[in-house]
Amino acid sequence: MRVVIVGCGRVGAHIASALDRRGDDVTIIDINPNAFTRLDEDFSGLAIRGTGIDEDVLRSANITSADAFLAVTNRDNTNLMATQVARVVFGVPTVAARVYDPVRAEIFANLGIITICPTTTISNLLLDALETPPARRS
Amino acid sequence: MYVIVVGGGKVGYYLAWNLVDQGFEVLVIERQPAKAEAIREHLGAVVMVGDGAEASVLEAAGAVRADVVIATTGEDEDNLIVCQVAKRRFDVERVIARVNNPKNEQLFKRLGIDATVSQTNVLLHLIEQRLIPDGLTRLLTLQHQEIEIVELKVGADSPVVGRRLSEIRLPPDCVFSAINRGEHVIIPTGQTRLEAGDDVIAVTRTERESELRRLLVGV
Repeated sequence: MRVVIVGCGRVGAHIASALDRRGDDVTIIDINPNAFTRLDEDFSGLAIRGTGIDEDVLRSANITSADAFLAVTNRDNTNLMATQVARVVFGVPTVAARVYDPVRAEIFANLGIITICPTTTISNLLLDALETPPARRS
Repeated sequence: MYVIVVGGGKVGYYLAWNLVDQGFEVLVIERQPAKAEAIREHLGAVVMVGDGAEASVLEAAGAVRADVVIATTGEDEDNLIVCQVAKRRFDVERVIARVNNPKNEQLFKRLGIDATVSQTNVLLHLIEQRLIPDGLTRLLTLQHQEIEIVELKVGADSPVVGRRLSEIRLPPDCVFSAINRGEHVIIPTGQTRLEAGDDVIAVTRTERESELRRLLVGV
């Protein structure tokens, strides 16, 4: 599978390294080249410095032949714009964005973009943890 | 008419000032409290602090009754999402985005933005028209830049000089709507003859522009 990832923070670097180990063909884009130090030392994919909302940068990342596109920068609007470019301009079959704002995640979810909202997901996990009875009490 | 301006930088501020001056109801949404305060001092209570891409902020701003939302920040991704949230969530009739990277003008229109303004493109067009005269002036661009209204000066060497319009083979999708000749404006018919120096107002498909220019201007 060919995957293009925008944003090489903790999540982006983690996914990129995992897919690369699995044998997938990974290209990762970040505006800050220092971010690439988060990748596995033996990462064999392509790392490109640039902004993921620029069509030319995406083209240089071979987005035209990508099977999947993930936008995981720390800015919701960047992720939502990048995934729309990937979907609408380049027709990438699977596109997903991390979106912290639950409302924005919902608004853009029905546009062919998978939106993952950490705010909702983590809140639910923490609420579940509160419901779980403590294993032992001191 | 109620206009929401997102972004209180220089563009947003001067835009809001002019809109207030023209009697519009205006609200500026600015993220930075200090900038918002400066606008409040100059323009009065027409500013609110918040992130214009957040639905709750747009809701508090009364986006449901806004006629226009204009996103003027320096970040294209923010302007795009502000406009899309305004349109999708609040059914705002007209959304306008400032485009910082001129390459994004076409993209924004594909993504549902009604109108875009690119300072770079405006300056480029002005430079092309004023500094590099080629006999053609673009007066107006319509329909996502596919169709334009242009003014062409008929050149002395042009093959159309002295010919009736009915004898001239125009490129497809081109129509002459008026001819300025000295003091007179002529609404042309097939019998109208063109003279060197005439200014012809034409509607044309953008891709036919250079063909039309070669025919009338002769260069």
